[in-house]
Formats: sequence, structure tokens, C-alpha cells
Amino acid sequence: MNHQFLVFLKALLGSCKDLLPIILVIAFFQFAVLQQPMPNIGDILVGLALVVLGLTFFIYGLEMGLFPIGESMAQAFAKKGSISWLLTFAFCLGFGTTVAEPSLIAVAKEAAIVAASGGIISDTLESQLSYANGLRFTVAFAVGFAIVIGVLRIIRGWPIQYLILGGYVVVVLMTLLAPSWIIGIAYDSGGVTTSTITVPLVTALGVGLASAIKGRNPMIDGFGLIAFASLTPMIFVMIYGMVIS
Amino acid sequence: MDLLFEFLATLKNTVVDVLPILSIILGFQLLVIRKPIPHIKQVGFGFIYVLIGLALFLLGLEKALFPLGKMMAEQLTAPEFIHAGEQVLTSIHWSDYKWVYVFAAAIGFSTTIAEPSLIAVAIKAEEVSGGAINANSLRISVAIGVAIGIAVGSYRIVAGHPIHYYIITGYVVVVIQTFYCPKLIVPLAYDSGGVTTSTVTVPLVAALGLGLASTIPGRSPLIDGFGLIAFASLFPIIAVMAYAQLTEAKAHRAEQKLDKRNKIKEKKRNLNRNNKAP
Repeated sequence: MNHQFLVFLKALLGSCKDLLPIILVIAFFQFAVLQQPMPNIGDILVGLALVVLGLTFFIYGLEMGLFPIGESMAQAFAKKGSISWLLTFAFCLGFGTTVAEPSLIAVAKEAAIVAASGGIISDTLESQLSYANGLRFTVAFAVGFAIVIGVLRIIRGWPIQYLILGGYVVVVLMTLLAPSWIIGIAYDSGGVTTSTITVPLVTALGVGLASAIKGRNPMIDGFGLIAFASLTPMIFVMIYGMVIS
Repeated sequence: MDLLFEFLATLKNTVVDVLPILSIILGFQLLVIRKPIPHIKQVGFGFIYVLIGLALFLLGLEKALFPLGKMMAEQLTAPEFIHAGEQVLTSIHWSDYKWVYVFAAAIGFSTTIAEPSLIAVAIKAEEVSGGAINANSLRISVAIGVAIGIAVGSYRIVAGHPIHYYIITGYVVVVIQTFYCPKLIVPLAYDSGGVTTSTVTVPLVAALGLGLASTIPGRSPLIDGFGLIAFASLFPIIAVMAYAQLTEAKAHRAEQKLDKRNKIKEKKRNLNRNNKAP
């Protein structure tokens, strides 16, 4: 018990260190540049304490729960030897985690409001909702597709750079073809898709797969799933923009 | 007491967000793999810790950092701050916004250091590489990448250049670096692009971008406001590969030095032996 407490305390200290830069930046800008007093300091201190505590619990649970489950499932699938089930799982994981992703829902809603005020879609709530939902499902489908491709790459041992660089070429070509109002949203949608729970899970899955399959190096083959997940949404959202206009 | 209720509400939202992931895992585990999860008790507790941690984290951000960060982004981009004491000019100059760039870089760096998913990937990378990749150095290089990315992205919004010129140039740099940097780091570098932008960075950065685009005359939030996140996911790739190249170059130089020293030693030894021989 005592030992556990010490580990927790150490993690807590680490979280404080992680948060220190933000505090310094905000304090510097508030006092030195904007030259204003800190508003409701009590709230802020409570909030900071919560953030530190939350980060500590998260990292603690990460190594206890999220990493082991991702790796044990990867090994179980590798032992089972059924590629089609593994790919189905990969798609479900990508699609399921993205479609409910709060930051994606927020960005899609924002994009719909902006598109309506820009006259791209008609200014009714209904068309905004269908635009936002279309965007969400496009991105979720793209992430599912990405994880499938990424898992296939690990199984087959394809070198990552050709796939990613090929993807870049497609992005560049699509940029020339897609309407200009979708480009900013498309480029951003690559970044918002990967949530705090998905990333550790998907990383553990990739590393677990690469270490379970003979001839794969977990360092070279295990990483890279997230790279696919942030590339395909750009392509798919630009296609969505072309279809809509 | 209020805080407790707020915490419970956030916890409920987090659980709802995680439900799809949980049901996929359980569904496949029970129906396809059909084996009990190893160390189920420990994994279960781990999951609960993650949920509690995430809920606390989000509540804290909502209470302390987001309102403050968003307010600062608005204040720094507001015309009254930019043109303090002057009459509002008809044309804008990019250097008027110098504090915006500094703020963008600083907030990009500091939020990335605290980004939970980056911490997760860095821990895993250190573990898999057997310590060859240091988790903290990786996080710092990613954070430097994000800082540069967001600063350049803000400059682009002020200058009003089209986004794809920057992104495509970035891609070209990535392609060139890919061929010259150590192969081991390439997948990790590509990953670090997607990892950087989640819970902490996105809301603050989006506020900065929309604030800039809506206060600068002639910019539309539709075309210019988005796109900062894209910068924040491109530059870390470059930064991580550069970090690997630097480390390799350093190791190479150290090796050369060692080689030279060994050669000198050997020469001396040979000389001694030759002297002794007769």
C-alpha cells in the first residue's frame, strides 16, 4: 500500500511538471502583455488542481488498463489467424471511436454554421444538421478505412513511407480539385479525429500486432496507425466537399 | 457540492463517449476471441482510473484553462490591443501581430507538453525502443514542432496566404527528410503528427484561429479560420525527424571520435611493441 502511494505521488509530481508551462505562459501574458489582473483566481486554482489530478489518474490507468487490453487483443487476433475478423475489428474501432468523438461533433457543428453563413448550404437548421452529420460520418468512415489499411500494412510488412507519401500526393491533387471552402476544414479534420482514449488503444494494438507477428519490428511496424487515421479524413472530406457542391 | 455535481455530469459524458469503444472491445472479446480477458480485475480498474482521470481533466480544463485561454486569444487579436493608441489603420501589417505569434507558439508548446495522448505514445515509444527514444525528448520535440506550426499558421491567417502552399511545402520537406532520417523513427514521426492535437490543444487553437480570422478585415472565418490544426499536425513530423537526425549525427560524431582515439591508442601500442621487439 505504501509503495503504491509513493508511485501515485511520483505520478502526481510528474503531472505538475507537465502543467507548469501552461501556467507560466498564461501568467506571463496576463500580467506582462495584457497587463490585467487574473480573474476569479479561486476557480482557476481549483481547475488546475483537477487537471493535475486527472492527468495523474489517466496515466496511472493507462498502463494498468488501456495498454494491456490493446496488446492482449492484438495477440489473441494474431493467434486466431483470421485476417477478416481482425480487419472487421480494425474498422469498427476506427469508425466507432470517431463517430462519437466530441471534438469532431463540435467541429462539424461549427463548420455547418460557418458554411450556412457563407451561403454554401441553405440557412436552415435542417440542412445544417445534415451537413454536420454528413461530415461526421465521412470522417468516421475515413478513420475506419485508415485503421484497416494500417493493420494490413503491419500484417504484410509494407514500408510506411510509400503509403503515406502516396497519400500526400492524393491530398495535393485533391486540393487542386476540391472547392476552396472545404480545404481548411478538410485539413483540420485530420487532426481532430484521434481522441485521448483512441490513441493509446490503437498504439497498443499496433505494437501488440507487430510483436506477435514473426519478422515484424514493433518499432518500425507497430507505429503508424495514427498517421493513417490523420491522413485519410483529409482526402475523404475533400471528396465530400466536391460531392456537395 | 456544486463541484461534485459538475464532476458527476462530466463523468457521465465521458462514460457515454467511451461506450462505443467499450462495446466494440467487449463484443469482439466475447463473440470472436471467446477467451476471458487476462488480468481482468486489473484491466477493469485501469479503465475506471482512465475514465475518472479524463473526467477530472476535462472538468479542470473547462473551469480554468479554456475560458482564460479563449479570452486571451480574443484580447490579443482585438483591434484595440493591436492598434493601441493609434487610429485604426486601413491596411494591416503583419508585424502588428507580433504578440499573437508569440502567444501562438507559447500556447502551442505548453499545451502539447500536457497532452495526454502524446504522453501515452511517448511512454510506449520509450518502452518499445528499449529506452533508445527518451519519452521526454520526444515530447519536447513534438511540442517545438507544434509551437512553430501554430505560429506560422497564425502568420498565414494575418497575411492571408492560401493554406495549401504552406501545407504542400511542408509535405515536400517531410518527403525529403524521410529519405535521410533513421528508418526507425519514421513511423513514430508520422504518428506524432496526429497525436498532438486532441483534448487540450484543439479548443484553444481553434479559438485563436477563429478570433484572428474574424477580427482582421478581409479574412473570412470560413476559409482562414480553420487550418491552424493542420499546421499543428504537420510541423511535429518535421520536428521529430529532425530530432532523430540530430541525435544520429551526434552519435556518429561521438563514434568517429572514439574511432580516432582507438586508432591512436593502437598506433602507440604498435610502436611500443616495435620498440620492445629488438
